Formats: sequence, structure tokens, C-alpha cells
Amino acid sequence: MESRSFLQKIEKPVVALFLIAGGVLVSIPFLWMISSSFKQESDVLNIPPQLIPSNPTFDNYINLFLSLNFGVYLKNTLIIVFFSFIGLLLNAMAGYGFAKFKFKGKEKLFYIVLATMMIPAQVTMIPVYLLLNEMGLTNTMAGIILPGLAVAFSIFLFRQFMTTIPTDLIEAARLDGAGEFYIFFKLIIPIAKPIFAVQGILTFIGAWNSFLWPLIIANDESLYTLSVGLSLLQGQYANNYALQMAGAAFMVVPIVIIFAFFQKYIVEGFTMSGLK
Amino acid sequence: MRSIIKNANQAKHGLMFIAPAVLILVVFSIIPILIAFFISFTDLNLKGLADWSNIQFIGFENYVDLFSDELFHKSIFNTVFYVLIGVPLVIIFSLGIALLLNYGTSKLFTFFRAVYYMPSITNIIAVAVVWGYLYNTEYGLFNYLLSLLSVEKIPWLTDPTIAKLSLIILAVWKGIGINMIIFLAALQGIPKSYYEAARIDGANRIQVLFNVTIPLLRYATFFVTVTTLIGWMQFFEEPFVMTDGGPLDGTISIALFIYKNGFQFSEFGYAAAGSFILFLIIIITTLVQFKLRKSDTEY
Repeated sequence: MESRSFLQKIEKPVVALFLIAGGVLVSIPFLWMISSSFKQESDVLNIPPQLIPSNPTFDNYINLFLSLNFGVYLKNTLIIVFFSFIGLLLNAMAGYGFAKFKFKGKEKLFYIVLATMMIPAQVTMIPVYLLLNEMGLTNTMAGIILPGLAVAFSIFLFRQFMTTIPTDLIEAARLDGAGEFYIFFKLIIPIAKPIFAVQGILTFIGAWNSFLWPLIIANDESLYTLSVGLSLLQGQYANNYALQMAGAAFMVVPIVIIFAFFQKYIVEGFTMSGLK
Repeated sequence: MRSIIKNANQAKHGLMFIAPAVLILVVFSIIPILIAFFISFTDLNLKGLADWSNIQFIGFENYVDLFSDELFHKSIFNTVFYVLIGVPLVIIFSLGIALLLNYGTSKLFTFFRAVYYMPSITNIIAVAVVWGYLYNTEYGLFNYLLSLLSVEKIPWLTDPTIAKLSLIILAVWKGIGINMIIFLAALQGIPKSYYEAARIDGANRIQVLFNVTIPLLRYATFFVTVTTLIGWMQFFEEPFVMTDGGPLDGTISIALFIYKNGFQFSEFGYAAAGSFILFLIIIITTLVQFKLRKSDTEY
């Protein structure tokens, strides 16, 4: 009995210790990235490595914008983020349509939407490229943005949420003479705020990180996104790890900050999507 | 009469709301499947792209060629390697961490939930750049730390087998977050009364873990297994960014094989055939899991 209570007493601290040790291990890449991004170019190749930069410098970050085109990449990435939010609105509308309207073939259409989630990206990658090529949209911003506007998974989540909105509420607004779009924007969106928060954050992260499709579609450097630019930087400045780490940190830190602020929503979003 | 008008309005407005998104999905997801299927039976390449009259219908030739393509064999072997080692590791680690995180609700636990989750939302390119530096044989942090334990320099990315394992470590690191959250949600959904009942019956911690907790996580485990397997069968970004399939094609995956044939060699027909084989493998693996699950619950 005695040993058991002793075990119970140390149980929680031991678990916490394990968590901390694992957490440090998991964070090493991030910590190393931040630390190295402030080092002089010559210091990153030092053996033994410096854990904390001895002559910290901002030069790497400045160089990203002065000698490299990170300003342009940032602009393109923000354009993609902006349009992905318009896509988010389209997905929300579709989710609302599937949740709150009755029409023939609705179920079948919804199953088709769900089915598209199972198609691996590798299968559609080539034909979508060929389609855009026929439309003359390769190497344009429109070609980068268009295919990603509608996201089946997002439509699904919006539908799930919006089916819980009472139909009476919508009917009452209609009796008062409100138009359908007025109802959607003034009534539905405010009610659906929680799901918009979750989806908004995920959309931002997805657009901010977009890599493969811009890489396939964009030939000109003027259309590159941050991640395409970063992979280019990795190839061109293979041994300038300080500059590479600054580029990586520039991509990762905004996401970390956003995540720190909205952690609750993101976690909820995944539990919502994962188990229902 | 009124209800007919009302129904017609419902249909009209409903379609109006779903039309934009569904139309985009049809054009960029459904139609492409049909196109991909069609071109997988043709020799479409850059010449065919310039002038459609150059496209020849060649029947099953692409599929036959794939079966004798040694690089394709290698990519299948590597993908199986990734899946067999990576998927169990992801499941074990994400379940283990979720169990630890479920111990408490204090600030410390919330903070570490965020720490473990972080890798899964960070950009794969940034991650690859950082890990490329960590893995560097001469100047990397990993080999330096190992040298303190007097371990010889490990060629993390320059030996075909070790490179595969290095990519798996990176992908497991990145893959834990989402699955951990799913396990955590399932754990928090287990009613406290089950644990109390087990305690009254005199079960110890280990017995509770294996006889109460893990069986009750069956649905979450199934979900995580299915989605993780699907994801790992499409293993692409890690070898693409870090090794470009090398050394000696030691890290090329099926998805990377498809990408290279499609966008580097412009053999669109051949790549499309490869993508359908991958699709088929994914469908069969998923169906087998659903089948196994059914027989599992019938006791």
C-alpha cells in the first residue's frame, strides 16, 4: 500500500518530466533555426556550433529583402491568402446550400463532393495542369489560385455546422421579406462565427504554406510564393545556412504567432473534423 | 400551389449557393480524373501538348511499361518501406504523447500540447531547409551532438537506407501533431465512470490502460490508421525537397516518381498511368482495412 501511494505521488511529476524532455526534443529544430538565423554567415559553420550567436546580426533578414526577392514572394503569398479567403466564402455558401435547402439530387451532389476528398493529388495534378494550359492560365496568378478555391473538406465542415442552425430562424427572416443573400450575410455568418474562425485559420495556414501548385504553374520568379522562393534559395545558397535559416524563420514565425493566439480554435477544428 | 412555388424557390436558391464551389470542384477534381484515365492510355508528352494530332492511343502500353520499369519498382519498394516503418511510429508516438498529455489540464500541459502540435502546421519547405542543416554531415547539429557521445559521423542524407530513415524521422516529427489531437479528443470523451468501475474492480494502471482505455480508443485508432496510411502512401514532399529522390534513387517514392515523369520529363501519359496504380493501391489498402475492422467488431 505504501509503495503505491509513493508511486501515485511521483506519477504526475514523472509524466511532466517526460513531456518536457520530449517537448525540448521536438523543439530543437525550431530553436536551432531561430538561433542560427541571427548568426554571421561564417559562424554557422563553426565546430563546435554556438548555441547562442556570439555576434548576433539582423543582416540575414535584411538580405532576404535587399539581395533576394522576398518582398515579391511575400506579396504573391498574401495575394494567394486573400483569394483563398474568397474561396472560403464560396465554401461556406456551398455548405449553407447543402445544409438548409431542399432540391433534387442534393444528396448525390454532396456525395460527389465528399468523394473528391479521396482523390490523391498526384492523380489530378497532371490533368489540371493540362486544363490550365489549354485555358492559357499557366504562369499566371489565376492559374495558381483557381484550382484551390473550392475545398471539399471545408464545404463538409460548413455543412455539418450549418445543419445545426434552426430552420425557423431562416423562415422568420424570409417572412420579414429578407433576400437570400441578406439572410446569408446578416444572419447565417454571424451565427456561424466559430466555424469561420476555425476555417479562417486553417485557410490562412494552407495558403501561407502553399508550395506545390505555385511551383508547377509559375515559371517566372515574379509569381513565386515564399515557399517556392525559399526552396530556390536553398538551391542557390546551399552553404549559407544563416540566410536559409532566416528565410525559414520568416515563414515559420508568423504561423507560430497565429497559432499561439488561436490555439484553442485550431485544436477544436481538428477535433470537430476528426471525429464526426 | 404555394408549396410548389416554395419548392422551386428552394431549389433555385440552393443551387445558387452551391454552384460556384461545386462548379470549381467539378472542373478541377472530377473532370481531371476522367482526363487522367483517358491520357493514361495515350503517349501524351510535350509534342502531343503542342499539337494534339501527335497523340497516339497506345492501349495498356504505359501500364505494361511501368511493370518492367526498375525505377518504378524501386519507388514502390521505398514507399512500402516508408509506410511500414513510418505509420506504426506515428501511431505509437501520437497515442503515447496523447496519453501523457491527458494526465493533467494545467498550463504546463496546454503549453506542451501546443509544442507537440507545432511541427504539423509549419511549412514543409521551411522544415526541410532546417532539417537539411541539422542533418548536414560536417556542420550539422545532430552529428555534433553525437560526436559528444563519441559516435562516428552519420551520413544522414547520403546513404540510400539511412536517407530513407532520416526522411521518416522528419515525417514522424511532422505527423504526430494532428493525430495526437485526435487521440486526445477521444481520450477526453471516455466517461470517468468507466475508470471508477475498473478501480473498484481492483484493476491496476496497466490493466486499465490495456483493458479499458485502448479498446475504447478503437474508433480513433482506426481513423488515425486509415488517414495516416493514405497520407504516407502519397509520401512526396520530404524526398522532393530534401533529396530529390537520391542518393541512387534510394528515397524516390511513388508520388515523386509520378511528379518527375509528369513535370520533369513531360511524359504525361506515363505519369497518369503511374498515378492510377497509386490510386488503386490506396483504394485497395483502405478497403482491406474497412473489411478487417468489420470482422474485428463481430465478436
